Amino acid sequence: MNRRTTSIVAACCLVVFLGASVAVLHHSDQVRPHSSLDETLYISSPKLLKRASLGYNGLLADIYWTRAVQYFGGRFHDRSASYTLLAPLLEITTQLDPQLTVAYEFGASFLAPAPPDGAGEPERAVQLMEFGIQNNPDNWKLYYDLGFVYYLNLKDYKKAVDAFARGSQVPNAHPFMRLMAAQMAEHAADFNTARMLWSATYENSQDKEIRANALEHLRALRVDEDVTHLQEAVTRFGNRTGRLPSSLSELAAAEGLQGIPVDPEGYPYKLTPQGRIEVRVPEDFPFANKGLPPGYKPTPKFHTQNQ
Amino acid sequence: MNARILHIASNTFREAVRDRVLYNLIAFALLLSGAAILVGQISIEIEKLVVINLGLTAVSLFGIVIAIFIGIGLVSKEIEKRTLYTVLSRPVRRWEFIIGKFFGLAGTLVVNTFFMAIGVFAALFYVSHKFVRADALILVALYFIILEFMIICSLGLLFSSFSTPLLSAVFAFSLFVIGSFAEDLRGFAGMAHGFTRWLATGAAYLVPNFSALNIVSSVAHGQPVATQLILHNTLYAFFYAAMAVSGAVLIFENRNLK
Amino acid sequence: MPAIEILGLEKTYKVGFWIKRPKRALLPLHLTVEDGEVFGFLGPNGAGKTTTLKLLMGLVFPSAGSARILGKPWTDPEVKAQIGFLPEQPYFYDHLTAHELLNYYAQLSGVPAKDRSHRVTSTLQRVGLKDIQGVQLRKFSKGMLQRVGIAQAILHDPKLVFFDEPMSGLDPMGRREVRDLMEQLKHEGKTVFFSTHILSDAEALCDRVAIINKGELRGIGAVADLTSSVQGKVEVIWQGTQVPASMKALGAECHVIGDTVRAVMGESQQDAAIDALRRERLRLIALTPVRTSLEAYFVEKLQHAETTVGTNA
Repeated sequence: MNRRTTSIVAACCLVVFLGASVAVLHHSDQVRPHSSLDETLYISSPKLLKRASLGYNGLLADIYWTRAVQYFGGRFHDRSASYTLLAPLLEITTQLDPQLTVAYEFGASFLAPAPPDGAGEPERAVQLMEFGIQNNPDNWKLYYDLGFVYYLNLKDYKKAVDAFARGSQVPNAHPFMRLMAAQMAEHAADFNTARMLWSATYENSQDKEIRANALEHLRALRVDEDVTHLQEAVTRFGNRTGRLPSSLSELAAAEGLQGIPVDPEGYPYKLTPQGRIEVRVPEDFPFANKGLPPGYKPTPKFHTQNQ
Repeated sequence: MNARILHIASNTFREAVRDRVLYNLIAFALLLSGAAILVGQISIEIEKLVVINLGLTAVSLFGIVIAIFIGIGLVSKEIEKRTLYTVLSRPVRRWEFIIGKFFGLAGTLVVNTFFMAIGVFAALFYVSHKFVRADALILVALYFIILEFMIICSLGLLFSSFSTPLLSAVFAFSLFVIGSFAEDLRGFAGMAHGFTRWLATGAAYLVPNFSALNIVSSVAHGQPVATQLILHNTLYAFFYAAMAVSGAVLIFENRNLK
Repeated sequence: MPAIEILGLEKTYKVGFWIKRPKRALLPLHLTVEDGEVFGFLGPNGAGKTTTLKLLMGLVFPSAGSARILGKPWTDPEVKAQIGFLPEQPYFYDHLTAHELLNYYAQLSGVPAKDRSHRVTSTLQRVGLKDIQGVQLRKFSKGMLQRVGIAQAILHDPKLVFFDEPMSGLDPMGRREVRDLMEQLKHEGKTVFFSTHILSDAEALCDRVAIINKGELRGIGAVADLTSSVQGKVEVIWQGTQVPASMKALGAECHVIGDTVRAVMGESQQDAAIDALRRERLRLIALTPVRTSLEAYFVEKLQHAETTVGTNA
């Protein structure tokens, strides 16, 4: 074998083996994605990690942040019902880099809600927010996130108001914070309050997932609001005429509405023979609380809109 | 032809074994296993955990250091210091030289690992006074560590076929570090867009996948290892090492030895 | 069949970081070395001697040209079983002993297993290293390493041996031994090709020499021929420190060395010089013709800068 032959053989081997190794890797990724993630959390003490990272905290924080996002996204995709590792991952991330604000936002949106929308750990989410506030006292958004969790998931309106009020004290805080504090103090359970909250989230976040989530909530709010008003109209109708409306058009005419009310998806609402107002396709509105058929169990949701 | 490869391999082995650095590193690793016993005495339940964690990590890290420094020294140094001239003036083909070197290095590391592993098992026995079935998992972890060494050796060989000893060591070590985060790199590639995504994906698949080969923690907790993982890792290590060695042959075959 | 035929071997390097400038290390070389010759390849440092040797050994690839060694193409690996190579300032595996090293080389050269041990021992004896064969090479002095280098070059009884600066780093005793060894090799019928910049060695050992400078062949020929031309000078040595005026008048170069004077003059003035000494009653010690030294030939060839093109004898 002369030099040229050997070179050609070597080059071919190089390409073939490269392809083979990539193929094996790809296959093993399909079969067991994130197989080493469980492995990584065996060192779950943030302090130990901080020391082990030899000062490269920021990089390690970024790595853990990536893992947190992958973990959550992967589980959502798999319709999983538990996200036990999300809290530790976010905690480690923020311990390593307390200024990584997107991690706190992510925690507020996805740690607090109950499964399958989130990890169902609102208290831990609160702790995370407080830690964030401690380390980033000039960031009004963290107060927002805190108030968010209290309002939405813990339904502790007093603490929510408190959070928004604190946040409004921060220099350069969005004026909306003071508004929110006031609004919440007076009309905690109003639809408008919730709408303001979710709109603010949608407008102020850069993160794709968080914005999509906020949008879903806004749509659900609309549904809740519509159904509530329509249901009230049914009741008024019943009080006036002593019977249920035969159809939605009759109800609409009686109320003086222009045409049949439609849901955010564009489908008209349904009026059941029992006099209930329902949405036509409940799956379109993962976060709606009203207008769902009796006994309807919501399936794990969220990304359906984006698929 | 095969005889020459064998001679080169055994000579490489002999030269490596005589290098005192090797002994120092092995001794240090064994010392660490001993230290693990002391550290573990802080809490009785985690004694075993600490011994396995610390012991296997020592085997892995020291082995990587040996693989890089001795391995690269053996090839780059030979090229730099012209020991190679007298070898290549004989009926030895250049590719035989590279492959012989690889097997010599690999053999050295397997023997190394064997001795260091004895240290770990000895420490384990001292701490637990008996062996349980789950301890066989340690052997799997050691097997994976040996696969890591094969990959690092092949990379060291690849770099030393064209670079100086120092640079080769730096490149190989960098790839080891990056490779330990290979899975994160693939995750990042999945989240990126456009050109970054393309670049990151390429890098993520080219970088040696050490994250899958590191099962030290799970073995310490007695978690079983999927057969599929063993198969995947074996194939991957074989293909990757073969690729790097092919690259080394290709480069070395066409290199002017000034 | 010639032992070595160099057919236009040429090497140009590209040097520089961004802009690669060509550097011609060796211009097309045409050279033949006959079987059984001791051939000297002379030139100053950086002339291209080592480049030529590396090209022949296949360590470096030529920009153009080819060569035949023992009748076969120089890239043929099997040819290497019949040649030996001693590189300049060789370096070996630190942690092996001389015996192990030579054994390894014997294995690679294809020496049958049963012969190896004997060959190794006898070669070590031949280069005078038998007593320290169990010592690790990192403890060897430069001279000892040089001997190991020679040993590995002749170990497998090759027909053709290449030495690159074989005397470098040796003390006078060592150099004497190497010269004796090279004479022995010649008597064994081997062809020896060696490069050096020490002319006295070449003069003493070689049948033919070639002179190379700045990558170009400047002269080639048999040593005997090159130095036979009597320059036409004589050297006269007499007792005392006196230099008679008549001597000076002859145009002689006179040097007082200790208690003798040495004068060099044209051959034609030989008789007049002897007369002058007799008249002054100075005692003549010696009268010898001065031959052209290889050195003079060397210097002359080197000074032929731009106009020279390589010539063959």
